[in-house]
Amino acid sequence: MSTTDDTEEPRPRAEEEAPAAESHGGGTRKRRRRRPDFLPYGMVLPAAAMELLIHIIPMILGIYIAFTSLTQLTIRNWTSAPFVGLENFVRGLDPSGALGSELFQSLFRTIVYTALVVGISWALGMAAAVALNTRFRGRGALRTLFLVPYALPVYVAAIVWAFMFNQRDGMINRLLVEDLGLLDQGPFWLIGDNAFWVLVIVSIWRLWPFAFLMLLAALQSIPGELYEAAAIDGASTWKRFTGITMPMVRSSNAVVLLVMGLWTFNEFNVPFLLFGDVSPDSARLISPLIYEHSFVNWNFGLGAAMSVLLLAALVIASAVYVRMVLPKGNSND
Amino acid sequence: MTETPGFRWFRRIVLTFLTVFTVLPLYVLVVTSVKPLENVRGLFTWVPDRITFQPYVDMWSTIPLARYLTNSLIVTITATVLALIISILAAYPLARLRFRGKRVFSMTVLSTQMFPGILFLLPLFLMFVKGEEILGIQLTGSYTGLIITYLTFALPFSIWMLSGYISAIPQGLEEAAMIDGTSRIGALVRVILPVARPGILAVGVFAFITAWGEVLFASVLTDTETRTLSIGLKLYTSQVDTLWNELLAASLTISLPVIVAFMLVQRHLVSGLSAGSVK
Repeated sequence: MSTTDDTEEPRPRAEEEAPAAESHGGGTRKRRRRRPDFLPYGMVLPAAAMELLIHIIPMILGIYIAFTSLTQLTIRNWTSAPFVGLENFVRGLDPSGALGSELFQSLFRTIVYTALVVGISWALGMAAAVALNTRFRGRGALRTLFLVPYALPVYVAAIVWAFMFNQRDGMINRLLVEDLGLLDQGPFWLIGDNAFWVLVIVSIWRLWPFAFLMLLAALQSIPGELYEAAAIDGASTWKRFTGITMPMVRSSNAVVLLVMGLWTFNEFNVPFLLFGDVSPDSARLISPLIYEHSFVNWNFGLGAAMSVLLLAALVIASAVYVRMVLPKGNSND
Repeated sequence: MTETPGFRWFRRIVLTFLTVFTVLPLYVLVVTSVKPLENVRGLFTWVPDRITFQPYVDMWSTIPLARYLTNSLIVTITATVLALIISILAAYPLARLRFRGKRVFSMTVLSTQMFPGILFLLPLFLMFVKGEEILGIQLTGSYTGLIITYLTFALPFSIWMLSGYISAIPQGLEEAAMIDGTSRIGALVRVILPVARPGILAVGVFAFITAWGEVLFASVLTDTETRTLSIGLKLYTSQVDTLWNELLAASLTISLPVIVAFMLVQRHLVSGLSAGSVK
């Protein structure tokens, strides 16, 4: 994460330009090196090739598809799908049309969902990291336990939660109706308005251990003398948290929140596994919506156009965030 | 650090809540997998009326679980090993060498992390179809397509973390080896790799977990023969009913190796992360 790494930038550039100028200028300047060093290029080549093949080219192709009317009829011969210009974007984006209003509703819902899931996961992860960064009995066991939801395959987690929220046989309704007596009748959770909250809870369960793991790592690299000095000065626990812990984990926080935000905003697995091909209206996030248009309604061009818009939104949001949060010259490469 | 009573209460409340939240689904997973089906249907019971390991026997014959397990293992292990080799190769020059285009490369790799998978699912599928036509290699419905997809998904995070990890290793170590006559690659293999083992392990676990749990691409790029667990488990659900006890028994069985592997390396994971880029 180094868009702001300006302390290191000038040095390598100055050295890199010298051999390049010489290769064009034909030996007017004194050679720094006998031969150009191909080693770094050879070493990054496999990674660059894979990135190109699986990420970059498909993305460019996806942008192209957004301008075509690719459907299930033209998919076999997709290179000759008719070019329709901005039609997909106009249809997909028009807020007064059915598709456009659905897209914006889903976008708004996804933002609320992301804020809730990331915010709560971060708070739980931070609380657990602070609590487990002290010495007490059973600390190792708890740390291990808390990492289980992260290690568990996402489909297993979703399957178990889907069973728990099952209206007839599930644990949640048993707990709410029989054991606690909070409700007279067990509601349906996986369809209707409740589905959104199920999605939020399951996503938090999956995500918070990641925040915990990353923040615990960050807390462990804070020197203990800082806390001791503060304790001698009579700072309260809360003062030490706000005065030492938070500033020291600032760059970790920035990275953790950004990564969790992007993952959550793009979340596909949890809703797909909980609800199937088509999410209930209350819980339709943006990635499943695009999937629905592409692979259920077979309108690939429209799906691709929505993907391009999503990508643009993500790039802008991340750029703004990185600029705002990462302090200049204080990021690790 | 001195602990105030307030902090101790905070710790108790937080840890109790999180333990219950974490354990509840795990308890349901374990307890349901040893219930007979008639005990699974209808009102949920906290304690099974009768414990039976029959679901663990039946689950293998209800669906071709062994084949899906083999498929998942082949795809995931190959993708993890390849991802490790490729990301170590790429992370080293990013951490140690100066070269033109380094910044562009690292920014590109990092930013691919934020692309939603849904954006390149269809283009990738179309590319694979075209590739089959041109190259004559089976890519859709084969292990190859899934392996190169998963290994690439692991690359951004792996390269980023490993290069942070390698940067933190004192440069003198390799220089000493190189003065003794080893090449740069020799120094990387003999000096850096052993020192960076916790970081490499952490990255390997991450790559494994990512590939083992992938759903979206597995649903499009596999066929009945190459189906992985993430897709295959759906078959416990028929139109009428779900065999919850067998489904959860299978879920638990396939989760255990991952969880055990994760537990074995988690100490290294935390130290790997704190020595790596998350400082």
